[in-house]
Amino acid sequence: MPKLDTVKKYETPEGVVIRLKIAGPVSRACAWLVDLAIKAGLCILIAIVLGVLGHAGQGLILICLFFIEWFYPVFFELYWGATPGKKSMNLMVVQDNCTPVSFTASVLRNLLRAADFFPICYGVGLVTMVCSKDFKRLGDIAAGTLVVYDTPGRVVDKITEAPAKQPPPDLRVNEQRTILDFSERSLYLSQERRIELADILYSVTGKKGEAAVNELYAYASWLFKGK
Amino acid sequence: MSFMLTHRGCSKESSVRQEDFENKNKTLWNAYDRILACLENSDSGRDNPLGYSFHPDDFPPLYRKVCHHYAVALSRQYSPALVTALHTRIMAGHRKIYKKRTHHMAAVARFFSVTFPSTFRANFTFFILALALFILPFIGTGIATYLNPDVIYSIMNEDQVADFEYMYDPENRNLGRTPDRQDDRSVMMFGFYIKNNISIGFRTFATGALAGLGTVFSLVYNGVILGGVAGHVTRLGFNQTFWPFVSGHGAFELTAIVICGMAGLILARAIVAPGNYKRVHALKNTAPKALSLVLGAAAMLFIAAVIEAFWSPFSVAIPVKYTAAALFWAMVASYLLFSGRGRPFWI
Repeated sequence: MPKLDTVKKYETPEGVVIRLKIAGPVSRACAWLVDLAIKAGLCILIAIVLGVLGHAGQGLILICLFFIEWFYPVFFELYWGATPGKKSMNLMVVQDNCTPVSFTASVLRNLLRAADFFPICYGVGLVTMVCSKDFKRLGDIAAGTLVVYDTPGRVVDKITEAPAKQPPPDLRVNEQRTILDFSERSLYLSQERRIELADILYSVTGKKGEAAVNELYAYASWLFKGK
Repeated sequence: MSFMLTHRGCSKESSVRQEDFENKNKTLWNAYDRILACLENSDSGRDNPLGYSFHPDDFPPLYRKVCHHYAVALSRQYSPALVTALHTRIMAGHRKIYKKRTHHMAAVARFFSVTFPSTFRANFTFFILALALFILPFIGTGIATYLNPDVIYSIMNEDQVADFEYMYDPENRNLGRTPDRQDDRSVMMFGFYIKNNISIGFRTFATGALAGLGTVFSLVYNGVILGGVAGHVTRLGFNQTFWPFVSGHGAFELTAIVICGMAGLILARAIVAPGNYKRVHALKNTAPKALSLVLGAAAMLFIAAVIEAFWSPFSVAIPVKYTAAALFWAMVASYLLFSGRGRPFWI
């Protein structure tokens, strides 16, 4: 495992380690822009609908603006785990212990946007994110929250069917694992790329081109289910 | 087979092939996935729309088994796809099992009767500090504008001065309203007070995280502006209008703004003087406490907005206004000082 990584590990009470992919400033900024557009659209819509009610309508518009300004993210984080903007970037907000964000934490991290936004466009937030562990802005530090990638995992997770063949006996476990990974991922690769990757293992398979690819499939099959 | 034993570990069990492992546990994983899907739809899982019947107690043992499978799959170096699939499963299960649950209505009642006022009392020093930051500039500029008619123009521009002079002019029958807000527009003003005042409160709190600079600025600034207006208007002799108007909602509004400042100072303390903790931890520890002060203050600002929009502007005999104001101040003070002491009344 490389030391320089954006994966945060959390050990659950069951003793297994959950791995979270922390989101960086760029994807979070994009999510924020999407949310900004949605919020602006909402405000315009509310202004049009309530505008017909005259002065009382203006009062209601102001109240709606207040709630959109401060509680739009809180609402979506509590019921969806993320604002629509974050959803669109495949992000979600979780507590430090990987559980869904709580009411207190969500309100805290969103009120503190006022400090993170200072002096302009999340200046303070960006500095704290870059300086802190796990890309936390002030609001995240105070609330104990993380913004992580919501990875659903691969949909197709089958190894490529092939007649099993015993691999050379001197492969280390992580090398065996790499071969399994290759077989599972090959669905997502072009044939040229498969050959390119398989050719690297010429010293192991002793083959080139398509034959090398099939040889690796055979090894993977053997590792997966035996003879 | 012999090399497998040496390369995949030593115990006999660890020679289990991935396919056998998957086949053996597939039924369990499917059951787990189904329960999880039901739980996604309703937290108790009782009225699940998917029609799969199970008891909520079935889930934790399954979850523990899947955790075990995940650990086994990792240590036996099974393929990344299987490891990822199991990881996704335990992450979803972990979110369900360890989710923080609150009973909302009870939590709200407890918050206002106990948490907020007792947090206020426990951090009274910060309240005094915030109050000083607000009240000293208030008194200072108040005296200055009362004695010298020119001072007010160094605080705000001529239009603003003209606006509020008009607002509190006894000749003007719509108190607290500028010329363009003449007729009865209580709902509009209510909306304005909500948006403006509660936002100021939130910002006063949040900018405390900037080492307290924002909070201090906000408190001093509001003290200077309000003190300036009060002194100036009193010098003009608008006593019949200004003081009866502001004294009522001021009980809630001014106290709440100072409480927001107090919460901001608590955040600032965590950053400037974190004591035995790292700054990050000090901030995380004290922030929920500060937040409960802000949420309480927001509720007070809401009450203030109701009073300011629907009570303060209406012409009632001045003694009535002052009596109501005295009542409001007494309510605020006794609530903050006494609520939540000892046993709650409903137990």
